[in-house]
Amino acid sequence: MIGVGGKIKQYSSVLEKPLSKGRQEVSLSAFAFLFSELVQYNQTQVDNIAELERRLEDAGYAVGARVLELFCHREKGNRRETRLLGILSFVHTTVWKVLFGKVADSLEKGTEHEDEYMISEKELLVNRFISIPKDMGTFNCGAFVAGIVRGVLDNAGFPAVVTAHFVPMEGQQRPRTTILIKFADEVLRREARLV
Amino acid sequence: MAPVVPRSGDAVFANVERVNAELFTLTYGAIVRQLLTDLEEVEEVNKQLDQMGYNIGVRLIDEFLAKSNISRCVDFKETAEVIAKVGFKMFLGVTATVTNWDVEGTTCSLVLEDNPLVEFVELPDTCQGLYYCNILSGVVRGALEMVSMKTEVSWVRDMLHGDDAYELRVKLIKQVPEEYPYKDDE
Repeated sequence: MIGVGGKIKQYSSVLEKPLSKGRQEVSLSAFAFLFSELVQYNQTQVDNIAELERRLEDAGYAVGARVLELFCHREKGNRRETRLLGILSFVHTTVWKVLFGKVADSLEKGTEHEDEYMISEKELLVNRFISIPKDMGTFNCGAFVAGIVRGVLDNAGFPAVVTAHFVPMEGQQRPRTTILIKFADEVLRREARLV
Repeated sequence: MAPVVPRSGDAVFANVERVNAELFTLTYGAIVRQLLTDLEEVEEVNKQLDQMGYNIGVRLIDEFLAKSNISRCVDFKETAEVIAKVGFKMFLGVTATVTNWDVEGTTCSLVLEDNPLVEFVELPDTCQGLYYCNILSGVVRGALEMVSMKTEVSWVRDMLHGDDAYELRVKLIKQVPEEYPYKDDE
């Protein structure tokens, strides 16, 4: 049915379209429903938790790669961060604010290892409507957000291993989610040279 | 009887929690890409997207009824108006128009000019058979099935295929009579 004569093509390429300001919104439930389908579909494709997290991370990575390009262009006047702390605060502030409507709760440097940083969120958007069944152990849907972070960092030239973890909070019913970022050696060596 | 003009979904949309549409769009894009990688066949991807939409529709209708204060629609015409003006608005923040009724009043088109799913999207040559937004048709079908309407939903126009709008053709197959009294669970 599609493709009958008399087509009107408004733009010959998506690149010719004016870039939206990014203020449009959809309902949170629309996103929650969609995300839940993403998780459920990926559950049918794997036979263990690690694999499921890896697949969610992959999906997130693809989002992160696009987010970097889009936000650098729109929010940063086409400038990309080249320093470690610059890119981390870009993730913690700009990326979080546009995607999740708020700056991330905290950004900390790991105390034990020089190459580790943590972004923590009391109630991560993707974990809001999720409860993890006992038999799924440490599974964390935050893997998707970890993937977004890795996608941004990797494409900005800061390869890192990024993982999501639940951290129990005293006096709180639900644990917070910590996104652990472990940078590759080359990143730290380069950073040291730049000082 | 003329269908009652339903109120718009603006007020409902203003009151629900919202997220940035780009997060939604890019997440959907990630899903479609994953399906294309896993399933390889564009036809299979269309099917899977429709199935995911159906699963969503079946669950989404509860929230829709709870939050919109819409009660039973008198006929399919009113149902279509409610989907277009309240349903789409409430979840996606856009409204559709209802047109092209057939004489029996059982088939109509939902036309979308704005579609938050397709921002940043361009179909490559290898995906020309893909109905990128097929999840939407599944949602409509699933949601209507929960209010006893069996429908067939298909795409007639798609801007990613070069048309000037998105047009979903919704055909009422049959209205399943509700059984009353409801059977107790055994």
